[in-house]
Amino acid sequence: MTTLPKTTQKKLGLVIDLDICVGCQACATSCKEWNTGGYSAPLSDHDPYGADPSGAWLNRIHSYELGEGAAGRTVHFPRSCLHCEEPDCVTVCPTGASYKREEDGIVLVNPDTCIGCKLCSWACPYGAREYDYDDGVMKKCTLCVDRIYNETLEEEDRVPACVRACPTGARAFGDLGDPDSEVSKNVAAREGFNLLEAFGYKPTNKYLPPRLKTSAHVAPQAAARPAPVQAGNGSAVEKLFAWADQKLSR
Amino acid sequence: MHPAYSVILFTTASGAGYGLLFWITLAATFGVLPGGRLLGLAALAFALALITIGLLASTLHLGRPARAIGAFSQWRSSWLSREGVAAVATYVPAGLLWLSWLFYWYSDVFHAVAALAAAGAVVTVYCTGMIYGSLRTIRQWNKPLVPVFYLAAAGSTGALLFGLIYSAFGYSSALQEVLVLCLVAVTGAVKLLYWRQCDADAGQYTAEMATGLGSFGKVRPLDPPHTMPNFVMREMGYQVGRKHAQKLRRLVLLFLIAGPMLALALSAQTGVGVFVWYFLAVLMTVVGIVTERWLFFAEAEHVSMLFYGAERA
Repeated sequence: MTTLPKTTQKKLGLVIDLDICVGCQACATSCKEWNTGGYSAPLSDHDPYGADPSGAWLNRIHSYELGEGAAGRTVHFPRSCLHCEEPDCVTVCPTGASYKREEDGIVLVNPDTCIGCKLCSWACPYGAREYDYDDGVMKKCTLCVDRIYNETLEEEDRVPACVRACPTGARAFGDLGDPDSEVSKNVAAREGFNLLEAFGYKPTNKYLPPRLKTSAHVAPQAAARPAPVQAGNGSAVEKLFAWADQKLSR
Repeated sequence: MHPAYSVILFTTASGAGYGLLFWITLAATFGVLPGGRLLGLAALAFALALITIGLLASTLHLGRPARAIGAFSQWRSSWLSREGVAAVATYVPAGLLWLSWLFYWYSDVFHAVAALAAAGAVVTVYCTGMIYGSLRTIRQWNKPLVPVFYLAAAGSTGALLFGLIYSAFGYSSALQEVLVLCLVAVTGAVKLLYWRQCDADAGQYTAEMATGLGSFGKVRPLDPPHTMPNFVMREMGYQVGRKHAQKLRRLVLLFLIAGPMLALALSAQTGVGVFVWYFLAVLMTVVGIVTERWLFFAEAEHVSMLFYGAERA
């Protein structure tokens, strides 16, 4: 059914801390590893070792540069399905393959009824859905639905693969509908935010902003650095040094 | 947006087919279908053939066409599903009408059946337009004029085909030609207004809003998440046509609007060889409508590209 549930019993989702993500791609590779062997068919790759590699991945890690000069900073930015509360990716689906679960709010694609029309990917402003050319169906983050309820796994493994793999603890998993959950408290304390809030899909996943730099961490101004040594009086020795510098600098 | 050839063929062929179906069945509703039974049979068969080619082409776009039957289930929420339901439903009155002409079933009830087919054609084309018009992620599509243009284009291309078949049977009517001229002019006016709206809309979303990091300054991509374009970039980030957009727009105006209008005006002047002029007009329209539909996709910008370096969308 592609009509959205009015409410969901839980709002399971991820909280991603942009302050401590180091952009190591461990979450992306762990996601690919788990999901290519688990739920649904493998996530196909084309020309993986060639000149034009591509494939279906459910988690993509961007790196952005923010601000200018000494105030500038690098932020690593994981991007996956946000399991929105009111997403059109579900309602546009003609077959009912794209659906949002009433019990926990997870947005899933039924790989047995998806016809691969790609309309859901057009309706997602986050670019979170990737089409699988070999399987002929749409793929997306399942919040590792085949891990989180899986009693054959050790309890500490019953979290999404990306959360389990993150070496810095930048990713947390929990019920964002419960204000007393760890994730909700952390979102409240750190002023967690929604991506593209103005669009109105009401994402479940939250992002925690990079912490503001304290003045002690501000890099010295460029002008305060010693000026690089320029070519001097033009003597033969200077020219030799300049030549050597040039050669060695290659 | 990536212009898939199957979707271009689907929307243009089925659009023209439904337009033709609309004019035949509208005339039949009021009992004024000119040219008699044979013309009706031929024109209706041609319309249904175009519609069928279009619908079959649309399934080429699917990853799993064998499961397409499931697409009729979600008409409560999905415009694509509604389009499918309306398209199949329209076959029933259109097919009945064709059979009634074939087997000489003359009855007043067939006026009502024709009216149903005409209504089905309008509803189906409107649904096709709304598949695109309902997507808030693409500002060039999320406009009320999008379904209006789909209806206008279907109406004018269908009317030209009607004129072609009509003249092929040796008939001509000044009134009919004036009507087609007006329809083509309206289609051109809607498209010009649509382009003006698109050009005035720079996009309300920014990369800063997408990432939520605007308070730290301008957001610039540093390292991409993948070394080569992925599905999202290929499908949603198609940019090949944009730099030629102005030239292609002029091409659309020339072949879809000005050319056919000139041909029809000349046919009215010369009064001989009406079929030849219609044939020329239809040839130009084919080039025009395919270019228009290709551009409709190529010019469309998707919000998800904000994550990949687009500043606004």
